Order: sequence, then C-alpha cells, then structure tokens
Amino acid sequence: MEIRKLSFSYGETDFIKKLDCGIERGKITTILGPNGSGKSTLLNLLVKQLKASEGDILLDGKRINEMKVKEIAKKIAMVHQQNAAPTDLTVKQLVGFGRMPHQTIFSGQDEEAEETINWAMEVTGLSHMQDKCVGQLSGGERQRAWIALALAQKTELLFLDEPTTYLDIYYQLEILTLVRRLNREYGMTIVMVLHDINQAIQFSDNVIIMKKGRVCYAGDVKNAITQERLKEVYGIDASILWNEENGCPYMIPLVGAGCAV
Amino acid sequence: MKKKGAFIFMIVGLAAAILISIRVGSVSVSLQDIFQAFTADSKGTAGIVRDIRIPRILMAVMVGANLAVSGVLLQGVMGNPMADPGITGISSGASVVVMIVMLYLPAKAASLPVFGFIGGVLACILIYSLAWKQGLSAVRIILAGVAVNSMLGGVTSLISLLNSENLQGVLSWLNGELGNKSWTQVKSMAVYTVVGLGMAFLLPRCCDLLALGDKNTKSLGYNPNILRILISAVAVFLAGISTAYVGVIGFIGLIVPHISRMLMGSGHKSLIPFSALLGAVILLLADTVGRTVIAPYEIPVGVITTVCGGPFFLYLLRKDTKGYGN
Repeated sequence: MEIRKLSFSYGETDFIKKLDCGIERGKITTILGPNGSGKSTLLNLLVKQLKASEGDILLDGKRINEMKVKEIAKKIAMVHQQNAAPTDLTVKQLVGFGRMPHQTIFSGQDEEAEETINWAMEVTGLSHMQDKCVGQLSGGERQRAWIALALAQKTELLFLDEPTTYLDIYYQLEILTLVRRLNREYGMTIVMVLHDINQAIQFSDNVIIMKKGRVCYAGDVKNAITQERLKEVYGIDASILWNEENGCPYMIPLVGAGCAV
Repeated sequence: MKKKGAFIFMIVGLAAAILISIRVGSVSVSLQDIFQAFTADSKGTAGIVRDIRIPRILMAVMVGANLAVSGVLLQGVMGNPMADPGITGISSGASVVVMIVMLYLPAKAASLPVFGFIGGVLACILIYSLAWKQGLSAVRIILAGVAVNSMLGGVTSLISLLNSENLQGVLSWLNGELGNKSWTQVKSMAVYTVVGLGMAFLLPRCCDLLALGDKNTKSLGYNPNILRILISAVAVFLAGISTAYVGVIGFIGLIVPHISRMLMGSGHKSLIPFSALLGAVILLLADTVGRTVIAPYEIPVGVITTVCGGPFFLYLLRKDTKGYGN
C-alpha cells in the first residue's frame, strides 16, 4: 500500500499535510504517536472511512478513491475502536456479518460462508461459544469476536484501531498474540494503532510514528524508538533498556527524581 | 423453535381476533350469518358482515401491519426505539397533503395513497435535516418530531377553518377512522400493502447491518446512508398509504415493535413479520373495543391508540434506551 501526498482536514486547516509513506505487505505495521497526532485519522483514511482532501492511496496499484466500498471491503478488513452490536446476537451471527462483502444486501448466501465463518471462530478460539450471546461475553472475548468478523471477510489486509484499549494486560497480550499469529501463520498484512510503546516494539515489524499530522519516522521497528525521538514526539524522558529474556529493547519513562519504593 | 411457536400463536390469535370482531358490535352476528355472507348474496345481518364488518376488519389488519412495520424500519434507521411514524411527524405530513387533495382536488381521490407517500417523504426529509447532526439522537428526533408535528397541526387547523362547511367527512378521517370503507378501497389498499410489506420483507439484512454502526456497515462494503434512504422510503410508503386511507393512528408503530423486540429479539428477519402480525391484531382489537364499549356510538381507533399509547411512550422515555442494542 502506497500513500502519496495525502492531506486531510477536519474543517478549515489541514490536519494531515502531504503525508507520504508505505505499508509493507506481509508485515505488521504499528502506527504510534501521542493523542491527537492523527493515528486513527490515518488508519481511517487508508480504508476510506474518511475521505482525503488531496493525495492518493494506492492499494495493489489502484487508487482507493476510485474503488467501491465493497471492493475495498474484500481487500481490507477493519476492527474499529468502539463497536456496538445488539446484545442478543450470537457470536456466530456476528461473525457471519463478515461475509457481507461477498454477498448481496438482500440475500445472505455465498458458497464459502459456512466454512469461512467456522475457520474465523476457530482461529480466534470462539468455536465453543458460537451460540453464546454477544452481551454475555467478556471484554476480551468480545474483541476476539469482532476480530473474527473481520477475518470472515477473508481479506489479505487487517486493520485494527487500538485493539487493546479497555482490556486488561492479560487480554491485551492475548489479542496481540492472536494478531501476530494471523500475520505469521496466515500471512496477513496487519496495520494497527497502539498506545503502548513496549507492545509496539514487541509485536511489530515496522512502525509509523506520527506527530501533529506528520510522519516523524516510518520504517523498521529496530531503529524506531530512541531517547531523542521519545523526547521529540511525546516530550518525555525515558531510558531504553535491553531485555535479555525476549531479546527486545523496552522503554521506561523517567519522571522527576527517584521512585516511590 | 420458540420463535416458530410465537408465530403460530400470533397467526391463531389473528384468526381469533378476526372472528371475534366479526361477531360483536351493534348487531351481534352468528356463525351461520358469517357463513352466509361468503356464500349467498344476502341482505340483513349477513349483508352487514360482508359490506361493513369485513372491509373494516381487513382495513384494520392491513393498517396495523403497515404501521407496525413502518415503526420497526424507522427504529432500525434511526437506531433508537423512540421512532414511530406518528411521533416523527411522517403521518402528519402525509395527512396534510392528503387533506389538501381531499378538499381541493376531489377528482384525484383515487390516488390518495400516492399523495400520502409524497407528504410522508416531505415530512421525513424535514425531520432528518432538523435532527441530523453527526447521526440521529433520540432526543433530537423527538424534538424535531414535536416541531414538525405542531407545525403541521397548525396547517391542518388552518385548512379546517377555511373549509369548515364541507369538513364532515374529513374530520372523522383526521382522527383515524377505519369504518365506512368500501370494498374498492380495501382492494386498492391491499395492492399497496402487498407492495409495501413485500419490500419491507427484503430489508431485514439492511436493518441488521445498520445496527452494527455506520463504521462497520462501511467496512463491510455498504454505504450506511444509502441503506438509510432505502429503508426510510419503505417505512414512509407504509405509513403514507395507511394515513391516506384511515388518517393518523398514533403509537402502533411504537408499541408493537417494542413488544415484538422483547419476544423475538433484535434480528429483523423475525422482527419484521412478527411486528406485522402483532400490529394487525392490536389495531383490530383496539378498533373492536372502540366500536363496542359505548355502542351504538363509536370511539375512533386513533383516539384509542393515542390514549393507550401516550403513557407507553412516557414509559419508554423513562426507560434506559440503551436496550436497543448499543
């Protein structure tokens, strides 16, 4: 996916200005940045939820502005940040909506529906609760159900907007591990917005770091997080340390002097 | 299975309601008379059944079904349980246009349903543009509905004043009246109803998809606003044709979908047909009560539904509207 000179505005002034970057196929790309930096806006522009005022987004060499929403829905699935569904819907019914891009609005049939829905529930570990109502699920289960819906679309690209928000650390890791598995085992290209820098380091191949609607860094995660950049983007002081156990760097913010212990 | 049982129960209930409604009234009717009404070209009691009661019952059944389904669809479009053709002002819009045609263009009386639809569409556009602000909130719809309703109420009063000498027939129609319908009217209403309900039965997936929110609707490849226009058009059609024949009958589109949702859940595949059945039964019973409690006088069915529906509306307003599914 290529992004060329992309601009977007909420109202008068440009919020995103002439942004260029790319999304590498088969990789996990995480968009990082402080609140209001344009992370979610960029993600929503990429799937045409929002319309760019200028510039192009190319998907397989085709401009998404010229693609129909249904055509995009067959290539990109998206898990939004906040989702609501009627509470009496069963998991299987919810996941079934993922087939809509491959069906018509009036009839809900396509040849691969049953098989794909079952696969999506299996991958997300929901098969045993397929008849449970969405309203009875825990936060983590509900998030997996929405991911399963996206998987049922059978797309090559999967976008997630802050998939771990509102979840405790156990479920956060569960979701991120699932996302990684979708990438490694099924070759899906993942683009997600995360807030947690350490999780981004651990689970991404590439990162795009944004500040005030501009890209500060785009590329390999290895060189992305430095003390200078954290200072520049978030305005914080931090130490970057190395964890022997998983072979990953991690960052700890430094606030004032000392700590409470 | 539970749903299937509920459908069978409703169909039996509708049959029973029809039978009761044929038999009771200012003239009591025996089963034999009913049988005669269908077989022989008879006068007297059997004639009453054939030419007065049965057309009236069929009208009640069709209008009840139409208004209930219209309510379900509007609630699906607006994403909250307070929407109904009466409250939103769609029925008033239809009635103003129909009234103008009745009084000033009596020659066009045969195409009243079309004018009802046009009036409903105009009111609907007005309400959407008043209530729309990054989505439709329940409060704004109700406020816009109140505004549109009182505005159109004023227009109705004005037209009434200007035409006080030949208002007799229009007045009972304004209050929502199912009686005095000819077989010709019933037959043409049947055609419109089959078309309207037929279209509504194609829409359950549109409504279900919208319930997942605009963003998900779009992610799944459909433009939520196009779906809204499509569903609204059918809802306005159903309410418009009903208003054209029987005037404004409020709250059926509010109460029936609410009860149906409690019994059948939020999926529109069962919600739409079940609401149609329940709407038919409730409006028929309301009308039967209306013409029997103080017989030989009649209470217009619109008065009954408003008197019973008003408190129900207040109850819904008090209740947490989150139950809609968000």
